[in-house]
Formats: sequence, C-alpha cells, structure tokens
Amino acid sequence: MTKLTRYMVPLAIVLASLELHAQVTADRIRRSSSEPRNWLTYGGSYTSQRYSLLNQITPANVGRLESKWVLQNQVFGAWQATPLVVDGVMYVTQRPNDVLALDAKTGRVFWLYRYTPSPDARVCCGSNNRGVAILGDTLFMGTLDAHLVAIDAKTGRQLWNTTLADVKLAYSVTLAPLVVKDKVIVGVGGGEFGIRGFIAAFDAKTGKEAWRFYTIPGPGENGHDSWKGEAWKNGGGSVWVTGSFDPDLNLTYWGVGNPGPDWNPDQRPGDNLYTDSVVALDADTGALKWHFQFTPNDAYDYDSVQVPVLVDMNWRGPAAKLMLWANRNGFFYVLDRVTGRFLSGTPFVKVNWASHLDERGRPVQTPQPPGSPTWPGNQGGTNWYPPAYSPRTELFYFSVWENYASIYRKETVEYQPGRNFSGGGFTVLTPVPGAPGVGIGRRTPINNWTNEVGSGAVIAVDPRTGERKWKFDQFDVTDSGLLTTASDLLFTGGREGYFYALDARSGAMLWKASLGGQVVAAPITFEVDGRQYVSVISGHTLVTFGLRDAS
Amino acid sequence: MRVAFRPVFSFTLLLTALALALHGAAAAAQRPAQDHPGQYSPIDIETGSRLYAGQCALCHGAAGDAVAGADLRRGVFRRSVSDEDLAKVITMGLPDAGMPGFKLQPSEIDGLIAFIRAGFDVGGTAVRVGHVGRGQALFEGKGGCTACHRVNGSGPRVAPDLSDIGAIRTPSALQRSLVDPTGAMLPINRPVRAVTKDGKTIRGRRLNEDTFTVQLIDDQERLVSLVKADLKEYELARTSPMPSVAGKLTADEQADLVAYLLSLKGTR
Repeated sequence: MTKLTRYMVPLAIVLASLELHAQVTADRIRRSSSEPRNWLTYGGSYTSQRYSLLNQITPANVGRLESKWVLQNQVFGAWQATPLVVDGVMYVTQRPNDVLALDAKTGRVFWLYRYTPSPDARVCCGSNNRGVAILGDTLFMGTLDAHLVAIDAKTGRQLWNTTLADVKLAYSVTLAPLVVKDKVIVGVGGGEFGIRGFIAAFDAKTGKEAWRFYTIPGPGENGHDSWKGEAWKNGGGSVWVTGSFDPDLNLTYWGVGNPGPDWNPDQRPGDNLYTDSVVALDADTGALKWHFQFTPNDAYDYDSVQVPVLVDMNWRGPAAKLMLWANRNGFFYVLDRVTGRFLSGTPFVKVNWASHLDERGRPVQTPQPPGSPTWPGNQGGTNWYPPAYSPRTELFYFSVWENYASIYRKETVEYQPGRNFSGGGFTVLTPVPGAPGVGIGRRTPINNWTNEVGSGAVIAVDPRTGERKWKFDQFDVTDSGLLTTASDLLFTGGREGYFYALDARSGAMLWKASLGGQVVAAPITFEVDGRQYVSVISGHTLVTFGLRDAS
Repeated sequence: MRVAFRPVFSFTLLLTALALALHGAAAAAQRPAQDHPGQYSPIDIETGSRLYAGQCALCHGAAGDAVAGADLRRGVFRRSVSDEDLAKVITMGLPDAGMPGFKLQPSEIDGLIAFIRAGFDVGGTAVRVGHVGRGQALFEGKGGCTACHRVNGSGPRVAPDLSDIGAIRTPSALQRSLVDPTGAMLPINRPVRAVTKDGKTIRGRRLNEDTFTVQLIDDQERLVSLVKADLKEYELARTSPMPSVAGKLTADEQADLVAYLLSLKGTR
C-alpha cells in the first residue's frame, strides 16, 4: 500500500459515513464496494462479484448466526429476487410486481407498492421478478407486461411508467434494472415466444428512452447475415439477467438468451447473432463495442443469461481486465473485457454437444443422434444463478448441475404473435430409457430429483486454469446464487431448503440452517448500526441472520 | 427389500371376474390382431386421425379441448373411463350434452379411440383401456396387487398407495408399470436398506431424500427419517420388488387392469 492510498482509504470511509442518509448518487453506485454496509445493485457492485468487504461474521463465529427476522411472502411460486439495502432500508420485490420497503434491522414494512400487470402478460417460466434498481430517491422496476416503472423510494408512489414493448407479443421484464449514471438500463424476456430481444436505456428522471440495442441485428446492421430470410424477426435473444458495468471503459455488459425457436435450429440457419452471446455496449449510446458468442446456432436452449463477472487480475503475466463466465452450455470462459478476446474455455461439467472450443473460443459442435442424450441438459451446467468471485481467494464460485442430460426433440413451428415458439421439447434422461421422467422444476417439498438423474454442487474454479479447486455436493440440484465476504465465507442454498456458510478456501461446511423452502436467488449481506447481517430467501420467506450476542 | 408375490384369492371376486370375463368375451373377439399386446396398431391411430378431423374436430376442436369438461387429447372425459365407455358415447351420443351418435364401423370406432388414447399423436402409443370392473377383480384377485398396494384406505402400505394413480399417470405409463416395473419406477421410490451405527437394520421404501437425511416408510409401515451421518450402511435397490404381469396376464387382462387403475382418481 502506498502512502497516498494509506491516507485515501480512511478518508474515503469518513466521506462515506457522511453520506449515510444522503441520496444514492451515481457516484456512490460506482464506488459501492467501498460502502459495504449497503447493497446498492443487483450484483452488489458494478463488477457483479457479490463479494462484500464486511468481515464481522467469520469462520470462527459463523456458528453463532441466528435468525433475527423473517418476512413472509404471501405470493406463491419461486422467489428469485435480490433485495437492495440502502442506509438501513431494504427494498425487495415479490410476485408478480410488488415492491416492499422495510426496516433492514427488524423486517417491519414501511410501504408496499403494487403493480398489476396486464392480463395479456405471458412468461415462459413463472411470474418472476429479480429486483429493483435505485438512483437518488427513486426505485426502478421492470414489469411482467414489459413496462418500466419509477417509484418514490420514501413513499412507494409511482413517478412514471414507460411502455417498453407490446405485451401482446409476449415481451416481459423479469430482471432487476441496472442504473448507469443518469440512465436505467433493462432487457426484455420472451425468448420462448418469438420476440426480437433488446436492451434499452431510459432517462431516470423522465422515463424517456435514450437508446435501444436490438440483440438481433436488422437488415443492414452488422451480424444480420448470421440469419437467413425472415428468421431474424422472431429470433429471440431475450435479456433476463442484469448486466455489469466497467466505468473506466464506459462499457456495460449483458448476457443474451437463446434463439427462437428454442430447439429447432433448422428453422434458423446461421450463427444467429447475438443470441447466446455477451455484448459490450457503450453506456451512453448503446453502440456495440464487441460481442462474443458462446453457442452459435444453439439447439439446446443454452441462454447466455449469466451475470458477467468483472475481475482485474494478472493473466499469464501482466495485469488484465477480465470477464469470468460459467455458461449454461457447460464451458467456463475467461474473456478480455476490453476487446472481447477469448482467453480460455474449459468444460466444468460433462459436455457432449461440442468436442472442444477452437483457439478463438468457437465450439466444435458434435450434435447427438435423435433420441440420444445431450450433456449438459436443457437447464445447463449452470444457469442464471448469480456466481461470486473473491479477490482474496482468487476463486470463482457457482452452482452446477452434474451428470444431467436431456433428450431433445425438434419440431417445425409456425410463428403466431404472442404464442409459444419453442419448436420441440426435451425430457430429462432417466436411469432406464423411456422411464417416466422427472420435471425440471421443484413444486413440492418432495425431492423427485435423485442423484440418478443428476445432482447439484457448488464449485470453486481457479480462473487461471479453469480447474476445480473444490466441490460442495448436494443431493438435489441447486438454483442458488452465491455470496462471498472478506472473511472468506461463502454463503449459498439450494432446492433442499438448507442455507449454508462454507469456507471459501476449502469448501468445508462451517454452518447450516434448515429453512425448508428452496433457495433460488443469491444471499446478500449488509450492516446496520455496526452489525453485519446476511439475508436469504428460502421458499416464501426472506430470513435475515445476525450473530447471537456473545453473552 | 423383496416382497414375495403372493396372490390373494377370494371366491366371490373370482366369480365376479369370471362373469365379467364371459361378458367381455364377445367384444374382445371383434378386435383386430394386435402388434403389441394391449396396444392399438399405428393403422388404427392413423384411421382415427382422419376420422377425427372430419367428424369430431368441428365441436371438440383440433386440440380436443373445445368442449367444456373434456380434454380428449389428455384423456380427460366427463364420464368415460374404459374404451367400451368411449365406444358407447361415440355410437349413442350424449343427447343431454347435445352430442349426436355416429354410425361407424367397429374398426373406425377402434381407430377413433386409438387416436384419443395416443394423445392425438399419430406416431404415439395407444394403450387399450378395458373394463373397470374386470380390472378391479384382477387387481384384488388373480393379479395379486393388493398384497402390496393400498387403495382408498385398504391394503398394505409397503408399495405406493394407488388411490389417485389414475389422476397422475397416463394409460401408457400405467401399462409400462405393469409390464416393466423396474423400468417404469421413479428413482425416488427405490427400496432402501440402511444400517445404523448401533447396528440396527432398517428396510423400507424411499419417500424423500436430501444431502443430509432420507425419509422412508419401513417394512413395519412406520414413517422413519434417518440422518445419513448416523448410518453405517445405506443401500438402494435398483430393481423393483414388483413382478411383471407379462406372461401372467393376457393382453385383455392388462387392458382391464389399466382401466381400473385409470378409474382411481382419489376420494373427492
């Protein structure tokens, strides 16, 4: 540490505490990791590392965690939201488009905002909402009927309401928006309904659209020739997980979903840009700086809707600006986030849809004969579950589905506005061919997903080698996100309803609580009045843990 | 856990079964030869497909769900269970509901039923669904099913309770369970043998499992939850303790048993 930084760090902390009840400025969001008492964006910071500097809860005292309060959600269905915490106030969404403001210390509710989506809203996979974004005193939420609403953070009253796209064409928003400077950036869902996906930015004050980037390039645009005929018009490319932002490069990064129809690539010959890609967009204009496609002409629904995790570390020598990406297609990638150059790619689960990646990162595809299993299966080796990265351990953590395969079936499907446009289907590979299968979702407390059809795990991957450093096995598959802290703790859950604190260095289980409902989001941590808390959503409850008093 | 195949005989039931079997013999004689026992032929399904489009789709819709209370493609009917029931509705109509009767050849009626049983999929499998009463007699008699299975509060709990099996399984899945019990078994139902660290052996049927625990019903019909860390041994059998009906029941008997199982919709 230089003399200057030794002086700067305490100064920054003093400045941060002066802002305790100030508005959430764009600058505060940019420096959010320096105020770890708050959780200001979906990914915890613009890097989306879900790494917190808080270190009051440690491997030594984690056994003293106890439940401090519980918020009950009265709306059934998977609860995938990441709450925000701003100076002691928590903002969390519940189905379909409710926002709650509550005291982060006691769980008592200040206000409830209700938005009723149009009955025409269509979503493939549940009335999910993954959270809000904040700027100033204003919260922003995307809705199931493809609107963006601004809400007064103190009163819960709506300030403006902008229509993003036609709900009758099955556009929706399920992701938490990302605020960059004076703009709110969102993407749209609808990849199973033949949409033409886009990412768009709106003026935070007025809701007026500032720019729009179509994830499927139109005639005359670069990449359009990766489509033939009219297929691009219903080419999918949904964006349903929040992106990241690099302020120094002024680039915002987004993962793009599957092409449509999902399972019939014959209907859309070509690479189908920018589906199953990451796109790097200028934050002010939405101009495409670079793209990298993970799965060209995808036949397996391998949405690349993972959270882009931005990491600065040495790469084969010099310091580098990297992006780490464990993809639904079963490969773990390291990209140069300045240029989009492919640096490495390694399978992290069994993969047979491609033999390997070539030197530019393009998969050499090996389609399996009809009726034969494809690894990984439709839900992927991992999926949208937020990963975590610790600059202390230099390990990348994420949830995986191991030994899981699907048998795909493709059908010709005709596009009809707002109707399902998936072009086939899939079944989970069973131990005996043709036996009754298990569904991919968990609907009851009974586990129908035994280790004979796949199992879940959290793995720690060394980005430099792509190799697993350790693995934490679960019997059921897991859709849980991750949280890691400066005390080398790693928090996660799973479908079984356990909530775990693991040793981030070894993967050893240090503590667990049985919460009884599936964890399908990532835990967060924050601090109020000098005490660190960890919140996790399990089933229909949001539980906030803190240390039991030592006395 | 292996459970001996132990047929349960009941004189009354046997007589009932005999009477029903004689009653059904005439109908059975009309049926064309089967490529696969207990299933309709692809030709039947094809025939039914064409007839359906011309005669039925006007009211029932292309997807078979246009009439309230009936979803033909998914096997949801207002009253019918067996193929005989369906044949009766097709030929006699349902005057109360405004459905006319259709004058069709027996092979055409078979075709329509085959198409419905195949889930409107001309490449699909159409399992024949026989007579509920005869199926019940087989279930409780010659089939020996009640040695292990429980229905509506009577019978042992060793094997899964079948009271609502007709609401959660298709005819083809039921037929597969009868013919190939191991292949059709859901992995969660596997038989468990566990030995605790203090030497106690527990056998039962798995109900649920997670990373740290397993829940089962043991051979004494007790609900048991075990912590894996307390176990010395934990084994799952990959084969079903249920014997196959193949070679033991005729194709007609299998169709009757499927009909009975399909009629089990739980108590309402």
